Amino acid sequence: MTAIEHTSPHVHDLGMPGNPISAAIAESVEASGEKNATLKAKDLKTDQEVRWCPGCGDYVILNAVQSFLPSLGIAREDMVIVSGIGCSSRFPYYMNTYGMHSIHGRAPAIATGLAASRPDLSVWVVTGDGDALSIGGNHLIHTLRRNVNLTILLFNNRIYGLTKGQYSPTSEVGKVTKSTPMGSIDAPFNPVSLALGADATFVGRAMDSDRKGLTDVLRQAAEHQGTSLVEIYQNCNIFNDGAFELLKDPTTGPMWTIPLVHGEPLVFGPGGASCVVRDDFGGLRIAETNQVDASQIVVHDAHREDPSYAFALSRLSSQDLRYSPMGVFRSVAKPTYDRMMTDQLEDAAAQSSATLDDLLAGNDSWTVSS
Amino acid sequence: MTGTNPGITPAASGVAPGMHTAADAEFHAAETHTATGGLVKSVVALDRVVIRLAGDSGDGMQLTGNRFTSETAAFGNDLKTLPNFPAEIRAPTGTLPGVSSFQLHFADHGVMTPGDAPDVLVVMNPAALKANLMDLPGGGLLIADSDEFTPRNLAKVGYASNPLEDGSLEGWQLVSVPLTSMTTEALKDSGLGKKEAERSKNMFTLGLLSWMYHRPTEGTIRFLERQFRRKPLIAAANIAAFRAGYNYGDTTEAFAVSYEIKPAPMAPGRYRNISGNQALSLGLVAAGQLSGLPVFLGAYPITPASDILHELSKHKALGVRTFQAEDEIAGIGAALGASFGGALGITTTSGPGVALKAETIGLAVMTELPLVIVDVQRGGPSTGLPTKTEQSDLLQALYGRNGEAPVPVIAPRSPGDCFDAAVEAARIALTYRTPVILLSDGYLANGAEPWAVPAQADLPDLRPVFATEPNGEDGEFLPYLRDPETLARAWAVPGTAGLQHRIGGLEKADRTGNISYDADNHDFMVRTRQAKIDGIAASLPATEVDDPDGDARVAVIGWGSTYGPIGAACRRIRASGRSIAQVHLRHLNPLPADLGEILARYDRVVCPEMNLGQLAMVLRAKYLVDVHSHTQVRGLPFRAAELAAVLQDVIDGTPAGTTHETADRTDTTILDTPAPTGAAL
Ligand code: SF4
Repeated sequence: MTAIEHTSPHVHDLGMPGNPISAAIAESVEASGEKNATLKAKDLKTDQEVRWCPGCGDYVILNAVQSFLPSLGIAREDMVIVSGIGCSSRFPYYMNTYGMHSIHGRAPAIATGLAASRPDLSVWVVTGDGDALSIGGNHLIHTLRRNVNLTILLFNNRIYGLTKGQYSPTSEVGKVTKSTPMGSIDAPFNPVSLALGADATFVGRAMDSDRKGLTDVLRQAAEHQGTSLVEIYQNCNIFNDGAFELLKDPTTGPMWTIPLVHGEPLVFGPGGASCVVRDDFGGLRIAETNQVDASQIVVHDAHREDPSYAFALSRLSSQDLRYSPMGVFRSVAKPTYDRMMTDQLEDAAAQSSATLDDLLAGNDSWTVSS
Repeated sequence: MTGTNPGITPAASGVAPGMHTAADAEFHAAETHTATGGLVKSVVALDRVVIRLAGDSGDGMQLTGNRFTSETAAFGNDLKTLPNFPAEIRAPTGTLPGVSSFQLHFADHGVMTPGDAPDVLVVMNPAALKANLMDLPGGGLLIADSDEFTPRNLAKVGYASNPLEDGSLEGWQLVSVPLTSMTTEALKDSGLGKKEAERSKNMFTLGLLSWMYHRPTEGTIRFLERQFRRKPLIAAANIAAFRAGYNYGDTTEAFAVSYEIKPAPMAPGRYRNISGNQALSLGLVAAGQLSGLPVFLGAYPITPASDILHELSKHKALGVRTFQAEDEIAGIGAALGASFGGALGITTTSGPGVALKAETIGLAVMTELPLVIVDVQRGGPSTGLPTKTEQSDLLQALYGRNGEAPVPVIAPRSPGDCFDAAVEAARIALTYRTPVILLSDGYLANGAEPWAVPAQADLPDLRPVFATEPNGEDGEFLPYLRDPETLARAWAVPGTAGLQHRIGGLEKADRTGNISYDADNHDFMVRTRQAKIDGIAASLPATEVDDPDGDARVAVIGWGSTYGPIGAACRRIRASGRSIAQVHLRHLNPLPADLGEILARYDRVVCPEMNLGQLAMVLRAKYLVDVHSHTQVRGLPFRAAELAAVLQDVIDGTPAGTTHETADRTDTTILDTPAPTGAAL
């Protein structure tokens, strides 16, 4: 004969220590010894032979990153670089940090899981125009809107290099490639406009060969809390050589480059001949400096909450790269996804001390005694 | 005297609801009489009952069924349930596509299935009657809400006249009850409008059934108070309707008989009622606690797996992180990223999602990181039958990736077993550093049963050992140096000083994990990854063969949710004096080491599956055993009686071949090829 007796329901919820990283991980990390945050560029090099084509813009970016990273004061074991597929995505193999060379387009998703569960790490994504904007476009925009604490370096060479020269989602209309013998009929993405459309909290742009400008944008991106997207114009000397020549050439470069410096008026060109002013429709336009009153010239404000100003800046340039703003378009503070996730865990833990056994028993259990 | 309405009174008809066919040797009923409120009421003792509740999607049949189930579980009966609902959230009211039903089988002994056919059918409208009547055997009890049998509702499903009144239901014991109007009458002072009050008719019905089957009521009242704690008016109305239904049963002349089904003998311990998705979720939370790792679930909503995401999102206090991703690929990607960081990465989905996740599963195979992929299978291909059950993802789980990408695959056999299967999936993932696919299905996910609550202390220790120092001869860290026994590679989490390393999808060099295009290395690594998965078999217990008579010449082998129906069919076979052996697989990859030898012992091996013979194909290929594949893909579990008939045919000498079940018949197709005589390699 079995006897049934009811167990009173548990009224409390469940609990655990609100540690952002688990004890098991923390112990393992501690067991490995002292952290050394004083690094030199050579500490970040690996024994792997770098296999980009000679002359590729990726080399200068790698050098710039290796030289600048030590200044952040982060131990190399606390840095993780996640990449997708493409020439640029070989990047992690050349960095003596933790790294994952993942699959095409998915690096932002993988990095999201890592950053959200390990807020103690500095997580970087290295991707390209095909990887981030074509096959991985969905992950990119959703990562940006969530504001996960990641720094995304988007190497834009406006071509598919690793698959040997097909047009990419940033190639200009009319571009003749292996897959577009009569010219591309796809309208290209402007990656900065796209990121701002997804309400990215940090968006910057830099040129591979401009060590100072690149380092400056990278530093701000790394210091930003949340998702930072840095578009890096990168020359593919094999399949799209000279794509950014207009901006790199010492004579034409200054004419078409708009340097973005927070708090400074947007004046550019030889002798400051050109400037950016507001147009009649709430957007921006290019004007000749001597034709407008100084008060009309826009003073760059990267911290504007409303992304439409930064978006208007990004629309000044056309697909032929004339009037390309370079620098930080937008940098605004917003709560990060990983912080909010950790907060929820901590709140839940603070409100409850229930154990796994409480959870397994549930609210409606009964006991059978023999 | 048993009532004053002889035409419709169950006891007067001489057939008690819950009475079973002659094949059911277990059945017996005893009748006693009591007087209640001036009426003489009789109590009939039954050993088991199958009830089906059917109504419109908006009528709350799933909730009613779940509550009745909880009452029944708390009472101490053994039980199994089968919810059956449409993919549309609210198909047009009163139409056939909008019919939702819930079947519950409960008994004073262990039951293995939700029952082939109901003994009692409750229909809330004409559509529910039309969609379910064919399943109610002649003489079964039919309770109908007569208020809903309006000309309009009848016309919606093509009834020319009202079946409650035209005599067409003479073959059943019909009880017409104005459930809706009695509910609104009971709630006339509740402060609710008529439409709102009508919504409580499911609770009135539940009250009536609770009276009929002597169910405890406190649990439901507590539940309603909890559920509507912010809407006291609604809570009070539902409780009032529930009590009114109960009291109606107690006082009406329409129901002269109530039924008693004694508690089933169960091993001493603590029990709760649990669905498969709940048990699976708790298993994943437990795996996190047992491993000491944070659980990270990356998931995209998909039927019938979403409830796992919902459940896990409630357990943040136990360190569970849930991430609702932008798509299936991001869900598994984020989970793998979390695993790289030292979490127990999990993704939950159904068949279409597994297809999308395939490339990332391959990456997890290559990077040799732990990951649990839960596939709650549903009818396919493509979008298929989202709310119906099927076992057709087995081959996808085993082989659905590019390259040689072996993945352990395991399957639970019952709702409660989903807990143990989840813990086992995590054990394999963490021990062997591999993605593991856990194949549940829609029937297990939504079905429920009493579950013996385990204690954490009795569960396995799943704590992994992370690498914390260099493991190479020259002081370097070799991420692909393997444990000689498990072949698991070293797992160093980011943050560990001196062990920085890079992993990825390109082929790895043995030991160093560096990129390698070397031919011999690739051959070695492909074979090593396979050997690692094959080696898991060494950690598995001996396969259980259930052959109580010990002289069976025929074995039936299954996997996953067919355990219940196969087991029930075996009981029938044995009750008919025949012998049969039952083997049920938890591990589909690797298969147990002793399986080939076991299968070779029998003259015939029958494999029933809810697909077109996927496991049968694997067994034939692997063991050269002439497996008789019996299949059915109706979106519903096998019926025990039909399965028993197939097994009996095989035992009695019908030649081996392939059979399949359709809605109303079982076909047998004999294969052209002569059967080899059960030789195994
Ligand atoms: S193909 Fe182009 S982008 Fe790729 S490595 Fe060569 S130069 Fe660089």
